Amino acid sequence: MANETQTGGRSVDIGHAAKDALLAGLIALGLFGVFIGLQTVQDISNRLVLKVRPEALAVIVGIIVVGRFLLNVFVWGREPSHKAAVASPSGGLLGMFKRLCFLVGVVVTLVAVVDIGFRLAGGALPNMPISPPGTMGLGSIILIEAVAALFGVVLIAFGQNMTERAAALLGPAGIGFLAAFPIIAILGAGWGGSLKWIDNFGIQILIYVMLGWGLNIVVGLAGLLDLGYVAFYAVGAYSYALLAKEFGLSFWILLPLAGILSAFWGIILGFPVLRLRGDYLAIVTLAFGEIIRMVLVNWVDFSGGYAGISGIPRPTLFGIPFNATDEGFAARFGLEFSPIYRTIFLYYLILCLALLTAFVTVRMRRMPVGRAWEALREDEIACRSLGINTTNTKLTAFALGAMFGGFAGSFFSARQGFISPESFTFIESAQILAIVVLGGMGSLYGVVIAAVVLVGGFEIMRELDFLKQIFGNDFDPALYRGLIFGASMVVIMLWKPRGLISTRTPTAFLKERKTVSGDLVKEGHG
Amino acid sequence: MNRWEEKPLLKLEHLTMRFGGLVAVNDLSFSAGEGDITALIGPNGAGKTTVFNCITGFYKPTEGRIALRHGEAKVWDELDAATARPDRRMVRAGAGLYLLERMPDFEVSAHAKVARTFQNIRLFSGMTVLENLLVAQHNALMTASGFTVLGLLGLPAYRKAEKASIEKAKYWLDRIDLMDRADDPAGDLPYGAQRRLEIARAMCTEPVLLCLDEPAAGLNPRESADLNALLLGIREKDGTSILLIEHDMSVVMEISDHVVVLDYGTKISDGKPDFVRNDPKVIAAYLGVSDEEVEAVEAEVLS
Amino acid sequence: MEVFLQQLINGITLGSIYGLIAIGYTMVFGIIGMVNFAHGDVFMVSAFIAMITFLLIGALVGSVPVVIAIVLMLVVAMVLTSLWNWTIERVAYRPLRGSFRLAPLISAIGVSIFLSNFVQVTQGPRNKPVPGMLNDVIILVESPTYNVAISYKQIMIMVVTAILLAAFWYLVQKTSLGRAQRACEQDRKMASLLGIDVDRTISITFVMGAALAAVAGVMYMVYYGVVSFSDGFNPGVKAFTAAVLGGIGSLPGAVVGGLLIGLIEVFWSAYFTIDYKDVAAFSILAITLIFMPQGLLGKPEVEKV
Repeated sequence: MANETQTGGRSVDIGHAAKDALLAGLIALGLFGVFIGLQTVQDISNRLVLKVRPEALAVIVGIIVVGRFLLNVFVWGREPSHKAAVASPSGGLLGMFKRLCFLVGVVVTLVAVVDIGFRLAGGALPNMPISPPGTMGLGSIILIEAVAALFGVVLIAFGQNMTERAAALLGPAGIGFLAAFPIIAILGAGWGGSLKWIDNFGIQILIYVMLGWGLNIVVGLAGLLDLGYVAFYAVGAYSYALLAKEFGLSFWILLPLAGILSAFWGIILGFPVLRLRGDYLAIVTLAFGEIIRMVLVNWVDFSGGYAGISGIPRPTLFGIPFNATDEGFAARFGLEFSPIYRTIFLYYLILCLALLTAFVTVRMRRMPVGRAWEALREDEIACRSLGINTTNTKLTAFALGAMFGGFAGSFFSARQGFISPESFTFIESAQILAIVVLGGMGSLYGVVIAAVVLVGGFEIMRELDFLKQIFGNDFDPALYRGLIFGASMVVIMLWKPRGLISTRTPTAFLKERKTVSGDLVKEGHG
Repeated sequence: MNRWEEKPLLKLEHLTMRFGGLVAVNDLSFSAGEGDITALIGPNGAGKTTVFNCITGFYKPTEGRIALRHGEAKVWDELDAATARPDRRMVRAGAGLYLLERMPDFEVSAHAKVARTFQNIRLFSGMTVLENLLVAQHNALMTASGFTVLGLLGLPAYRKAEKASIEKAKYWLDRIDLMDRADDPAGDLPYGAQRRLEIARAMCTEPVLLCLDEPAAGLNPRESADLNALLLGIREKDGTSILLIEHDMSVVMEISDHVVVLDYGTKISDGKPDFVRNDPKVIAAYLGVSDEEVEAVEAEVLS
Repeated sequence: MEVFLQQLINGITLGSIYGLIAIGYTMVFGIIGMVNFAHGDVFMVSAFIAMITFLLIGALVGSVPVVIAIVLMLVVAMVLTSLWNWTIERVAYRPLRGSFRLAPLISAIGVSIFLSNFVQVTQGPRNKPVPGMLNDVIILVESPTYNVAISYKQIMIMVVTAILLAAFWYLVQKTSLGRAQRACEQDRKMASLLGIDVDRTISITFVMGAALAAVAGVMYMVYYGVVSFSDGFNPGVKAFTAAVLGGIGSLPGAVVGGLLIGLIEVFWSAYFTIDYKDVAAFSILAITLIFMPQGLLGKPEVEKV
């Protein structure tokens, strides 16, 4: 009986699903017809002409129609009402996806870890599905598997509604992994090959982790929406570059100085605007970020304009430079010169800076001012009724966040040796903000996971050369990075509006530390 | 002589608050006595919450003076001299005068020691009950932590202060009977407990005057009785005077020493609960009788 | 004096375009309290649709009178851009309604990044030059040193903007749709209890905003004769500035703000330095928000305690 009604319901669904899928196809045709079906190219005389691409359009529309139909029948069809499924992407679909993520995560992590173990022990599992054929060195395989294991852990986090506390168990393991990463990379990819891994993945991700942790103080803890955070990154970078070039001051003096200058700018910019409410604050900070960038672009005498500043002095190990001279690091320690020493040094430098940020954040949360930040995020009026000077409290958050941005900036300019306004566009601010919000507001572990996913994912796109074999040689995966980045921001928000780790850990307790569900965390003004 | 005339803690004089063309409070004057529970009552829209917002600094009154005293009552003699100066407060050994209408909201709580609760509860619902009580001790802890610097270094002075703040929180948890729920998020508490927690949080700022905006709203009779006990306890044990807005007449008549009645932003009655209860103007305002009838009733009562 | 007049004409033209985009920001903010960050990129998409339509007309029909081409471009761009914005609202914003405050904003930033990259990937990163149209000018003031002229396309931009604004004004003020919108602005829950389809009203708001942005896109394409995938950000932020300057939530405010920003930008470039024209616009945004958060024509906000 029950079976029959269900079948009856399903048969109705199929008609409906087909209609719905066709409608979706029509909409897709309307959206993409102009952009994918037609391409504008310049001909020899530099005039625009149209090229038709019916196949590409057909493929995209086809995928949408079929996908929508399948989703309708097999996923949404089970919901009591189709409309409800669209309106709230929770329940069945989400649960299924989470279980899937969890499962895949566990499998990937286990396989990767076990395989690494076996390989390090000398042998290898004879037919590991993920080990690519012979051309690759043992090291590269281990490295890839280590990254795969990390992604597996991320997937588990996705699937498991990971709480801040559960993530905390991963903390020491994570720090251990980070500390050992250069060694793993060298073991894995050899001297030459590891440079790319340490630099593009290690340092790059850690810069964003640090920026994310810095902005987390402002956005995550104090609830102040800052869309111009990159301005402080720029202040730090230009402070170091200019002061180092003009006055020849050392990195170790300029690092704190750059931080202080950024914090100072944070206070100057913050003071007039911090009484504005959320969205307005966001827009004013965006405006300030753009103003600073435009000044850098236009004030050529000061900043070199678009051309930027090059030849920025590199940091030294307390006076010992990393170069090929007799005074250099390699010569002093009787090693053969290799650029990798500097890269490793930079890696540990940014690791320490990032950990300093995290340490200060953790300590600050337990200070009265840190508690006031979180209280401010929830209800500014209540804070004022308790005698908290909200302007000062906001300013400390803003200045502290700016200071860490400045540290990261001076590190960035010391690492690159070259900076230009191009590195400090709005999109950079958006990316850092995305890391904070996607990670889960206020959660340090969330920021790490989001930075690994977004920045690491971004870098991985470069490596996916095998896609060329599928899509042909003029396929450039890097082109699609922005597209995927934007789309994944939307998808993750739809999926977890409060970010990957949405619980908060109380800063004090009497008997036991219970985590607080993100749903209870109000957002007031700010 | 009534205590609010003899030993006033708070004096409102000619308070007027206009929003555009609307006069929310019109030339209101009253005093609240030290150690009294003063109730501010009146029909909906009478301007009670606006008065509260003026006292606690959230609104700047259009006209009028709001003064609060710390310490000995003699200091009132210097009120006009204090007003003549541009300062927000006048403090000397053993006494102080605070001109609340000149102070921004957070200073009213931080310096003048006036704490408040809100009509629609404003707890930090994602923070635990204990954390709510710790946030309320912000200013004391800030000083103890050397404005964070000493605290970051983990100096013992700060640790001691932190321990003391937790002890104080425990004391209040005990008073409001929420010790078992100390580590639960405030948003998870039942409504009545949230009301009590908000009062305890305000008390953690160590106020001389506690302003409660409809503390009994939404409480059942048992919770209401508990609230009465809590408020009376606060007056007895902690020596904090209370000013409250309330619709629940059982609360008002049972615990207050002094009742001020507002209607359309104007004071229509002021006195002991018994006096106010029988004031024909009050009855008229609540039951909606026209002015002529009030006069008739008044004539009858007087004759 | 001649320079001043000429810059006035140029400023009003640019300001009309900003005003049209600003309305989309202000309406969406009014109804769901969200800064639709992707609106600038929706505008950019519409300019591309217009450009492709123009080329398509050329390829299919050959030469047609410019007026007909522009009308066709307007119609196609308005329809398709509306479809884009409708879909965006449906997919990226609606599921987040009533959720965490920052979620729709982040989602909108994602959409913005997606759109500009989508156009870059499908149409290529290079600037797309379009043959000029309506380039003839009418000389208004003749003087030996400086001729003040207004081009046909400037006249067209001003006239089309004025007509559309009038029609739009009527729609919002006099029809039941406009009433529903204003009701949703005041109190969405109450409006739905009174039988207003809130989802539909919000969808229509996005569609209307997109249609006006599409008009702006067509005008922009005709005026400058070149479009690029990165053209969304700057006009978008300027238009948002205009909306804020005029008082966000206020429709006349958006138009007034747009005109002001256009004029300020043009006069700044003419009399001071073109380098810092964007700095000028952004500074005005910051100053307005700091000293007059309700804008020129917005309603002041009383803090609810």
